[in-house]
Amino acid sequence: MAITYTSGEQVEVYRFSIPATVLIPLAAVFLQAWLPLRFPFFTIFDLPLLVTIGFATARRSPLAGLLTGGLIGILQDALTHQPIGLYGISKTVVGFGASSLGIKLDVENAGARFLLTIVFYVIHEVVYFMIARGLVGLHMAWSWPHELLSGVANALLGVLVFMLLDRVKQRT
Amino acid sequence: MESVLGRYRNLIVLVGVLFAQILGLAIQVKRTSDNEPTRLIRIWAVGSVSPFEKVLAWAQTSTGNLWHNYFYLRGVRAENRSLKAQIERMSLEQVRMSQDADQARRLQALLAFKEQFISQTVAAQVIGSSGSEQSRSVFIDQGEKNGIKTDGVVGKVLRVYRSTSEVLLINDQTSGVGALLEKTRLQGILRGTPSGEVVLEKVMSDETVPAGEQVLTSGGDGIFPKGLLVGAVTKVSPGSELFLNIHVRPAADLSKLEEVLVVTKIDERQAEPDQTNAARAVDILAERLPGVPSKPEVAAPGAAQGSAASEPGAKANAAKAAGSEASSSTTVVKKAPASGPLPTGSSPAKSSTGSPVGSATNSIKASGTNSGSPGSAKPGGATAPVKAPAKPAKPASQPQTQPVQDSPQ
Repeated sequence: MAITYTSGEQVEVYRFSIPATVLIPLAAVFLQAWLPLRFPFFTIFDLPLLVTIGFATARRSPLAGLLTGGLIGILQDALTHQPIGLYGISKTVVGFGASSLGIKLDVENAGARFLLTIVFYVIHEVVYFMIARGLVGLHMAWSWPHELLSGVANALLGVLVFMLLDRVKQRT
Repeated sequence: MESVLGRYRNLIVLVGVLFAQILGLAIQVKRTSDNEPTRLIRIWAVGSVSPFEKVLAWAQTSTGNLWHNYFYLRGVRAENRSLKAQIERMSLEQVRMSQDADQARRLQALLAFKEQFISQTVAAQVIGSSGSEQSRSVFIDQGEKNGIKTDGVVGKVLRVYRSTSEVLLINDQTSGVGALLEKTRLQGILRGTPSGEVVLEKVMSDETVPAGEQVLTSGGDGIFPKGLLVGAVTKVSPGSELFLNIHVRPAADLSKLEEVLVVTKIDERQAEPDQTNAARAVDILAERLPGVPSKPEVAAPGAAQGSAASEPGAKANAAKAAGSEASSSTTVVKKAPASGPLPTGSSPAKSSTGSPVGSATNSIKASGTNSGSPGSAKPGGATAPVKAPAKPAKPASQPQTQPVQDSPQ
């Protein structure tokens, strides 16, 4: 499954081992479900999203990015009581976008990662909002200050998460 | 053609994956049946995450217990003295309340009133959450094998897995709870908002609702037993159309749930009068109202039985008692901070009426707040000079397990 672990389109393309590919997203979903019980403020973070962006930018393969994002999103959906697909679609878009952008930009430094995470966090929320309101009929309120603040918080955490992912990624 | 496909391969796959997911989403939205089976992907996801959550919850509880029960005993003596003094005060209060309870039971018997008894609860620990601001639900470590059924005052059991259950909290926007205000007795529907607040809807704007008034479950939704404390009114403002916008602060901090009691069975029984103190309604009124003539001699129990059987009202009571139904639902209430081990299995709860959500079930007291329920009053009993049924009505023979009902959406 070359598509899952690597891409050969660019130099500086990384791959992840199978255990890392499976366990890191699972750990992210698990921590996202468990930490808010102990630290209620943690709901503003989206660890699975950060992992999706991290994997996508490292692999730089749009196909791998969208599939990884879709699977992580569906796993996240399964733990909510909402219909399955809300997070799935949002993270598919983010996975595709992040890996496509990763081909063209240098996403190795912390500043670029910070900005990239804010942008993709907002994209993720916009897509989720549109689907939740338009297709599922949920009553949701959009608040730019809240989204931007959450975006910055996620970006800060994202820089740390990407540093951790750097330690497990392997050069192809 | 091949070059086009190759060139736009990524985009085509993206569109295909998105289309498949949107299609799946549309199918799920269309199928909004409550009896829809749990999807396999949910079972897999919960099955893969919940064991880790259970281990962590167990480790946290064990560490906490070790600390609180063995190491951190500072102030225990002072607390013991204070608790003893509290017991003495409560003993005195209990005497007064038992008299009131006797009187309430007599009145309930006269009205053939059916009480709801929480007859079985299961203690559960909250082990996980959905992790999303848009989905306010938690996972508990009790499931189908522990007798939990979907149905549920921190929330209702939404989905049941083998050893865990998903609980939809009352502050979720898709949740709905029949509620009433304690003093004004105004009824409404309690709903969550997208921001996780709780509001009471459908209360007319010409009503006066003071801030601080307590909100109880009304029992009208058929899921939550009547009289459980949900929270208190914090703010009242004019809402849309003709209704008030009443903000409610939940009695339990829904973001910091640790332990809950799941009500797995509710029995409905007719109130049993205390035969040693059998009295007529007029006698009870005579105790309260100085204008009513002095009470006549109370008939002997045997005589009362004969005369009661001959009364149309009494016949109606007996028929109702025989046909009394037992209902079963699964309701989740927050457990009070436990000072001892959690009660598991059957709990000798008396009545849920007026009890706070945060109370442990076995500390719930009986009260007569719902004795005037129009739905439970019998027409004959209300107009005729009814005598107390001489023979106490039996509780429901065998509680039935009813199909799961969802709260009003």
